[in-house]
Amino acid sequence: MAATHSRPLSPHLTIWRWGPHMAVSILHRATGIALTFAGLALLTWWLVAIAEGPQAYADFVTATTHPLGLVVLIGLTWAFFQKTAGGIRHLVMDSGAGFEIGRNKTFAIVTMVAPLLLTAALWAWILLGDRA
Amino acid sequence: MSLGESATPLGKVRGIGSAGDGGGHWLSERVSSIALLLLGTWLVASLLLLPNLDHGTLRAWLSEPSGAIPMALLVITAFYHGVDGMKVVVDDYVDDAGNNFAVNTLLLFLGVGGAALALFALAKTAFGGEA
Repeated sequence: MAATHSRPLSPHLTIWRWGPHMAVSILHRATGIALTFAGLALLTWWLVAIAEGPQAYADFVTATTHPLGLVVLIGLTWAFFQKTAGGIRHLVMDSGAGFEIGRNKTFAIVTMVAPLLLTAALWAWILLGDRA
Repeated sequence: MSLGESATPLGKVRGIGSAGDGGGHWLSERVSSIALLLLGTWLVASLLLLPNLDHGTLRAWLSEPSGAIPMALLVITAFYHGVDGMKVVVDDYVDDAGNNFAVNTLLLFLGVGGAALALFALAKTAFGGEA
């Protein structure tokens, strides 16, 4: 275990040309970390604010409808859709499907485009609808 | 190695894998992810279908079993899945056994503590009666 520091590291980041499959992989990890910390903190804050009463909830709404708060909310919405799409991709590939080079690349691109469209559609519906 | 030539090929490699018990953790991630797929869809659909997101509306929603029970399941599953996933990240980047144990334990405590706080708040809303 302690010897790991002196062992040579495979050049896994430097020799490969970037492709959609690599991007979707690191996005899955990055969005997972963001949702675990920022997402669960926000969910917990939201539930605590509802429990505390109208004043605490008003403070929550003030913070989350501030422009910076909206950036966080929209970012987490995208992270949620990206993580969900990436998770579905994982479940499909766990079954042994989607490893052919062309299909894998297309699947990876769809996995990154769909969350952007879903995020845009959801927030267009919220901001342009009668709920805002 | 002191195993010498008498060790079988299996005997030479047994116990030097990365974790030894990763299969159960791998499956646990998948099962909780399927649950979150259902519960996450429920949350997004609920937020879109509620007439508005005022305090009174949300309070009434989470006072009903149809709102409070899926929300409790979502909180438990999301924190469980988050701790599960962070363990994979920590195991990838924190090699030293002592530091690895310390970071994973800290994240486990944070996850369990956060889930307890969220569930207490939810219970307060659900069982609080009229405000």
